[in-house]
Amino acid sequence: MAANSASPRQGQRGGQPILEMRGITKRFPGVVALDGVSFDVRAGEVHALVGENGAGKSTLMKILGGAYAPDEGTLLLDGRPVSFSHPWEAQRQGISIIYQEFNLLPYRTVAENIFLGREPLRRGLVDYGRLHRDTAHLLARLGVEQWIEPDTLVKDLPVAHQQMVEIAKALSFSSKVLVMDEPTAALTDREVDLLMGLVRQLRDEGLAIVYISHRFKEIFAIADRITVLKDGRKVGTVDASEVTPDDLIRMMIGRPLDAFYPEYARPEDIGSPLLELAGAGNDVLDDINLTVRAGEIVGVAGLQGSGRTELLRAIFGIQPFTRGTMRVRGQEVRVRSPLEAVRLRMGFLTENRKEEGLALLQPVRDNTLLVHRALRPLLARADGVLSVAQLTGRVDLRAAGLHQEVQYLSGGNQQKVVLAKWLAVDADVLLFSDPTRGIDVNAKAGIHRLIRSLARSGKAILMASSDLPEVIGMSDRILVMWDGRIYGELPAGATEAEIMALATGQRKGGRSA
Amino acid sequence: MVRRVPPIFVVLLAICVWISLLNPRFATVPGFMSFLMRAAPAAILAAGQLFVIVAGGFDLSVGSLITLVVLGSSMLIDGDPANTAWVIAVMFLIGIAVGVFNGAVTSWLKVPSFITTLGMLVTLKGFALLWTGGAPRGFLPNNFRVFGRNRLTGVPLLDEVPYAVIILLVVAVVATYLLHRTGWGKQLIALGDNPRAARLSGVPTAKVRILAFVASATSAVIAGILLGGFSGVSTNVGDGQELGAISAAVLGGAKLLGGRGTMPGAIAGALTLQALFTLLNLLGWPKPLRDGLQGVIIIGAVAYTAWRERRS
Repeated sequence: MAANSASPRQGQRGGQPILEMRGITKRFPGVVALDGVSFDVRAGEVHALVGENGAGKSTLMKILGGAYAPDEGTLLLDGRPVSFSHPWEAQRQGISIIYQEFNLLPYRTVAENIFLGREPLRRGLVDYGRLHRDTAHLLARLGVEQWIEPDTLVKDLPVAHQQMVEIAKALSFSSKVLVMDEPTAALTDREVDLLMGLVRQLRDEGLAIVYISHRFKEIFAIADRITVLKDGRKVGTVDASEVTPDDLIRMMIGRPLDAFYPEYARPEDIGSPLLELAGAGNDVLDDINLTVRAGEIVGVAGLQGSGRTELLRAIFGIQPFTRGTMRVRGQEVRVRSPLEAVRLRMGFLTENRKEEGLALLQPVRDNTLLVHRALRPLLARADGVLSVAQLTGRVDLRAAGLHQEVQYLSGGNQQKVVLAKWLAVDADVLLFSDPTRGIDVNAKAGIHRLIRSLARSGKAILMASSDLPEVIGMSDRILVMWDGRIYGELPAGATEAEIMALATGQRKGGRSA
Repeated sequence: MVRRVPPIFVVLLAICVWISLLNPRFATVPGFMSFLMRAAPAAILAAGQLFVIVAGGFDLSVGSLITLVVLGSSMLIDGDPANTAWVIAVMFLIGIAVGVFNGAVTSWLKVPSFITTLGMLVTLKGFALLWTGGAPRGFLPNNFRVFGRNRLTGVPLLDEVPYAVIILLVVAVVATYLLHRTGWGKQLIALGDNPRAARLSGVPTAKVRILAFVASATSAVIAGILLGGFSGVSTNVGDGQELGAISAAVLGGAKLLGGRGTMPGAIAGALTLQALFTLLNLLGWPKPLRDGLQGVIIIGAVAYTAWRERRS
């Protein structure tokens, strides 16, 4: 296993970093994902990495793991510069990464997964006896042998135990550095405690652990140091014992609004409620109560896994609510499929425009008319009474023509086609999820103006977004979600700190009036 | 949708010119009409198949459905021409039922259409052979066979036009209208292009897909009636027809797995295949070699399409 045997913890403060990243820069077309970031982790330390979505955490992790090569900067392992041309090399040199999505084969056993591609051989055949023994030994070392048998199929294990298999696999490579990405995202509270215990044990054995998480409770429970990233830059590295959650929130945010946002709704814009939920829930959401009125934009903020996008998907009938009531324009309704939502003149737009919004090989015209056609008799003439040019004009579409295939449009214009599709059927309850993700700044402002003008024209808009400035800049009211519930409501112009306090489960309720 | 002349029309024209050089009779009105008559069943089948292909599926069951139509009709008519009308009606009902079944299993039980219709191919053929005891039995009366082998006479300019060609023309016009001019056709293409986006746009995906299989099965019934008329009762009349139909659609520019395809293209693809076989026959290629070529053609056409998509 790890070369360093149970090194005492007291040596860590002054200890040499096992892994050090110096001045790492990584550019993608149009974005600087990481800008001169330095980061190190020592043996026997848990170093937490925090930051908002898009701060650069996953890029940093992928560079660590050899999935990306940095454009600038150096990586030092035990003081020696290294470069990985393949994730496999990083692993061989002692860096193991446990991604949120496990890389396990569900229909293979625990032992087969751990030693995949490195099975012990005897006369050219797999030596199952040794495979079993080595795995049992590894599991015992982790202290999980009472839950996990080497010969169990991975698919039959609960998620928490699958994660332990990943950890065992990492240890089998004699890892010195273990990177864990949101390891508790899918775990129950008890499983989280179990994992925390395991992480502490590994730390005490001298492993260097990089712990990426949104959850402050865990971070403060386990981390020795915390590094905060924001917009691809390092804000700072602090000792966990010397900061409060509020300090951390301030470090994570505190940037100016990076775009110009249109005005909020005026009182005279607001009309009657178009969408109302009372006590609604399903297997990931619980006790959802909300009202969206004509003319207003209601923002939904929340970290990944808070139920933000699941809320919109439930309303639109993709993963329908199983309890509670829903009213559209005052009428009680049940929406069990997208078709039913569409019939109620609800519209849906997500950041996944290519997967969920558009038929990419089809021209602008056919995409714009798709919902309209879906609502008419099947054999009705394809081009009805609608003027597509008028619709695309309303969303200010810039395309070579209505016959241009939408795959060739820019991201912003693709989103405009999706919007035009809903305008074609006069949808007036619009559900947006990260409407401007992956769109350049200018186009973003254009979409924001468009969304506001739609609200002005009397539509009720529920907009979930991972981009806090966007939520703040656009929303007339902000709902903050955490753990599948609406944790609080804030008025227009709330601060990022107020939102983050609710979104990380620090406080509950709204702004004290 | 057809902005520029698709390459298949150029290929078709070139092969036709070549045939005419070897056999000048081909370039006459009666010669060309005979060609169209022979090509009609395959072209109709390709038109039907295209509905399923643009939606992202396959219908492999059409060949066996043709066999069932030919064998079943001779059994039910039982030598009495008075039975022809209702037997044809029954055949269409069987076709619709097969299409609904294929579409429903694919949509609701989430069985890939490749498997659903492969199962149907085997089942229908087995059923047809069980019904007739494994050998062609009976015969088809003249009033059944007229569609496949007779000609309408006294047509101005053209003199004689085979009924099969008239039926092909009607099918071509109706199919083109359905695919390219109705909301159903557009939804079908959108479904094949991006099923998830189509569903989230409110497209009733099951209904839309089931109708595509019904269209394909209906085309097989029509093709079966024509083939029964043209060549009489045989147990292998439908063998391999599904592959011909898929090849034709692909040659005509359809994208396997859906989202792209034109009706004129698919029909031109079928005519091209027929013309190619005519040409190779004239050039003296033996039949097994000609049949074997079809496999090469479909692989080549798909590889060519994939290569072109990669380049753009």
